[in-house]
Amino acid sequence: MSAVAAFVDLLAGRRDAATLGPRDWDGLIGVARSEAMLATLAHRLDGAAVPPAVAALFADQRAAAEVAQRQALWEAEMARRALAPVGIEFVLLKGAAYAAADMTCAAGRQIGDLDILVLGADIRRAENALLKAGWEWVKSDPYDDHYYRAHMHELPPMIHSGRDRMIDVHHTILPKTHRITPDALALVSDAVTSGGGFAVLQPTDMAVHCAAHMLADGDLQGGLRNLWDFHLMTRGFAAADPGFWRQLDGRAALHGLQDAVHRAARLSRDLYGAALPGGWDRQDPADIWFRRRLLARDDWGRVTQPLLEQAFYIRSHWLRMPPAMLAKHLWTKWQKQHS
Amino acid sequence: MRHSARIAVGPVQFRIGSDWAGPVAALERLYAAYPQDDMRPADATVRLFAARPWRRWLRPSVHIGGDFIVPGALPLPLSMGLLAAEMGMNLQVALGWRRHLLLHASAVARDGRALIMSGESGSGKSTLAALLGEDDWRLMGDEFTLIDPAGGDAFAFPRAVSLKNEAIAEVAARVDPARLGPLLAGTPKGDIRHLIPRADAVAAMHAPARPALLLFPRFGGAAGIEPMGEGEAFVRLTEASTNYVALGEAGFAALTRMVRETPAFGITYPDSAAGIALVEELWAEAAR
Repeated sequence: MSAVAAFVDLLAGRRDAATLGPRDWDGLIGVARSEAMLATLAHRLDGAAVPPAVAALFADQRAAAEVAQRQALWEAEMARRALAPVGIEFVLLKGAAYAAADMTCAAGRQIGDLDILVLGADIRRAENALLKAGWEWVKSDPYDDHYYRAHMHELPPMIHSGRDRMIDVHHTILPKTHRITPDALALVSDAVTSGGGFAVLQPTDMAVHCAAHMLADGDLQGGLRNLWDFHLMTRGFAAADPGFWRQLDGRAALHGLQDAVHRAARLSRDLYGAALPGGWDRQDPADIWFRRRLLARDDWGRVTQPLLEQAFYIRSHWLRMPPAMLAKHLWTKWQKQHS
Repeated sequence: MRHSARIAVGPVQFRIGSDWAGPVAALERLYAAYPQDDMRPADATVRLFAARPWRRWLRPSVHIGGDFIVPGALPLPLSMGLLAAEMGMNLQVALGWRRHLLLHASAVARDGRALIMSGESGSGKSTLAALLGEDDWRLMGDEFTLIDPAGGDAFAFPRAVSLKNEAIAEVAARVDPARLGPLLAGTPKGDIRHLIPRADAVAAMHAPARPALLLFPRFGGAAGIEPMGEGEAFVRLTEASTNYVALGEAGFAALTRMVRETPAFGITYPDSAAGIALVEELWAEAAR
């Protein structure tokens, strides 16, 4: 059995860690690291029968993830202190939001940059406030800078000069040029306050954003992690509110993201064993390509299907911008690479 | 991958995969006498690979990858495959290891107490550690020293010592040639030749040692000793650590404790003999 299949089975709870041979762990750990999910696996298998060396590595990973989450939430606090004085409220997105809301999927989850969402009208003032508070631009390239400002759903990335941490300031959740335009105003105005005091998206919007980020925007890099987030959050939300799936359907329709959300649900069923209600529990022949892309890793953690990877990369750009613009963008990027 | 090796250095179990036989064979020769536990899962994966299939044969160049990849890192020619493997192992430890506070420092031990030497490339910390390791010291490592955040003990990472430039002849004159790897001439880091640590150092690689002396050597100039305050030693060691920030409070606690409990000195020395004399002098004082 391939390492990535064993990895998904362990997460889904379809397989007992005790049945793995000593040699199986190399590939498993390698795949989990490649997906930035080793600490997630460590939490999932906390208390399971694993070899002593693996137990020690897992303990390291759980401890390190806890520190990293504390640091990520501190970074969110730093952003709040920079933005609150100028009256800008923001919504935490992705990893930091899951940690702030103490969700199941936060256990061991790696958090990269700080992602926040502000109202479009506030974006320039937010940028100025952050620049005053010690963040600076990462990209010095004028084309990239212009590209972000004209077409993207976020400011060019900024980094804090003292703490060396990046922040992505979003004003919506998909590029402006994307075929789909989510209702950004609804996202912000319906946000809820998490236990940690930060605003986060309300449950249905959080699931919509997770699916959009994975399937409508990205090229499925890190897809297993995003899908794991989606699986655990929808399971938790549905357990707390029996009407969740119905509400999710309506909310996905509002944002124009029904296809992505339904596909994410089907994939979480196919890979992680999610139980879906009627109306969701369908088959789509195209899902096979997504499953293949998600599982395209060998026992050394390498992507095994470079053509498929490339195809998803092109697809992500195709969705992000109209063809003529895509051609111009790729041409400019190519020229810069080869000049 | 086509070729692979498993190597345990200190607490880290590596698996190294390669598109070529050469680097793996060279590694296996250097690490032949290290303990092997084939049942132990690997903590870290190193990959040495060709960016395009034909580059395995045509102007073969070795890209360094694994669990962690540094984007844009330049590949090395296949003749330097062993250096690529070493760099890959260092990279995975530097970016991935969380059990200990990692110091970019060499260390030797005597009577269960450790002398830790931190300095930039060219400071001579590797050479001093290698030479001391041929005397009555236990070589703990020439690249990383691992500090247990809970107890404060130092742990060894005795990979094959990377001797550079002038240090090669100096050490080669003193050791059995069978303990030396191939000469890698003209690498981006200069000439490199690996030294296999003594068997007793490898056998004792899991034994902790209490930090007893911290030195910040600088090669060149007249022999001199400069006592260093806790604050400066602390700041220098945060800069010498690859995971200080990632460990958070535990890293801070481990490091403050170390600089409070361990005397620290900057030393300058014109040649290895003078450097070793200074080390012994300070050790006699510190280990009392």
